[in-house]
Parts: sequence; structure tokens; C-alpha cells
Amino acid sequence: MKTHLYNNSTYACNISPVGLKVQPGEDTLEKVVCETKVNIKNEDGLHMRPAMQFVDVANRFECDITVSNNENSVDGKSIMQMSMLAATYGTKLKIRAEGADAQQAVDALRKLVEEEHFDEPTPNEQKKC
Amino acid sequence: MKFADFVCFEATIPKLKASNRNSAIAELTSALNKAGRLGKGICEEITKAVIKREKEASTGMGKGVAVPHVKHEAVKDVVAAVGQSSAGIDFSSLDKKPVYSVILLISPADNPDRHLQAMESIFKHLQRDRFRKFLRQSQTAKEIKDLLREADENPSL
Repeated sequence: MKTHLYNNSTYACNISPVGLKVQPGEDTLEKVVCETKVNIKNEDGLHMRPAMQFVDVANRFECDITVSNNENSVDGKSIMQMSMLAATYGTKLKIRAEGADAQQAVDALRKLVEEEHFDEPTPNEQKKC
Repeated sequence: MKFADFVCFEATIPKLKASNRNSAIAELTSALNKAGRLGKGICEEITKAVIKREKEASTGMGKGVAVPHVKHEAVKDVVAAVGQSSAGIDFSSLDKKPVYSVILLISPADNPDRHLQAMESIFKHLQRDRFRKFLRQSQTAKEIKDLLREADENPSL
């Protein structure tokens, strides 16, 4: 899994000298940025039902979530915007999360798309039927 | 994909008579049927299929719009009909608010990519405040057709 973890200065304060340490508070929330790339594996692609599942999972997290294909970047918490991606089977999407729970959000979304493929059939599974 | 590629303008209903979700869907499918876009004798079956899909999860996306849809082998390519209700219709929308603009979409059973492209085109415009406002203000089928054609030409509308 390609997950990059970037720490910005606020987060980095946790490992800086004690004198500079910033106490976590409402103004100094840890800013974590995580990114991953996922492949759409269910045959019907990201139609409305999977898009809703994605948005439901995304909304469980505090962090901002952006999803991009080659052309557009959209809000991963908006069903209308997610429907604009028209992500067909095999499409690669980049999921970027920014906020304290970014890592958990990216992990959960990657699992939903790639491991569970939205509980929908993949092309291979359909051929078996 | 452009609106003009899949919206059946002859099936536009600028003033839906329906006051509830199921009859709004029935009105739009029968408009598509009258326009000759559905297979013979299949209209009722498609209406039922759309309603069944709607019961599984509402396509009322909030902001006064709903996009009821279904895949059906009766159509060879995606086809849509646009309906407007000034009174508003309860679609059990995500935001619990009434729906004023309904875009019914029927997609072929064997071409998921085409369905996604039509959805992309619909939501690209529906998510824009100005487009939704203009759609709601449209009074006639011609105004709706002009608006959709203008949106095709100028996606930033």
C-alpha cells in the first residue's frame, strides 16, 4: 500500500525540544496528511450506491477528504461531488486526507474500495455465476 | 457526455402533477414511453423497478434535486427525462427537504460506464447553485431545454 505520511510543523513539534513543544489544544490540532491510491474493483464502478457508502465512511472522520482522478478533485464527503468522478471499473483514484484522524480515514476508505469493493461483484466473480 | 446526448426533451414535464415520489416517477416514465424511448408495454415495469431502487436508498441528493434511476434492458442507451414541481415532492431526501427538480435516468443493463458518464454530467451541473436555481425557475419545456443546452455549451453556467 502506498501511503505517505507527511507531518507539518505543528505535528512535528511533538518531537522537537521540550521548550518548543506545543500542547495539543483546539488551535494546535495535529495536522496529518495521508494519501493513498486506490483502484475501483467492482464491475459497475462508483455509481450512486457505492458513492454513498464512500461518503458515509468519509463522514465518520473529522479530517478533510479529497478524492481525485486525473481531471477533478472533489470533496470525499459530498455525494454529488463524488458522483461527478464517474469512476468506472479500473479507474485509479487518489484519496487525500488532512487532519488528526487522516490515517484512519485513508485506511478505512482504502479497505472499502479495494478489499470490500463496496460488497459488489468484480468482473471475475460475475463470470463464475 | 452532454445533456443533449441523453436527455429526451420531448419527455420534459415542466409542471409535474404528482405530489408524491411514486407518481412523479410514473409521470416521467410514461412521458419517456410516449416519446417512444422505452420498449413496448414495458413502461409500468420500469416504473416499478425505479420505485424499487428508490426504496433501497433515496436518490434525493439534497438541495431540492432527485435523480431516480434504474438499469433496464429495455433501453439500448442512457435516456433521461426532466420534471419540475413548484410545490415540491417528498423524496425522503438526504437533507429531508422537498424535491423540486427530478431527473429520471434509465440506463442499459450492460453498460455501467455509460451510466456513470450520464451521472457525471447530471451532477456536474446539479451541484452548481446557479444551475439549480435556473432549473427551478423554468416554467416551460422550452425553457428547460434552452437551459440544458446552454449548460452543455457553457459548463460554468
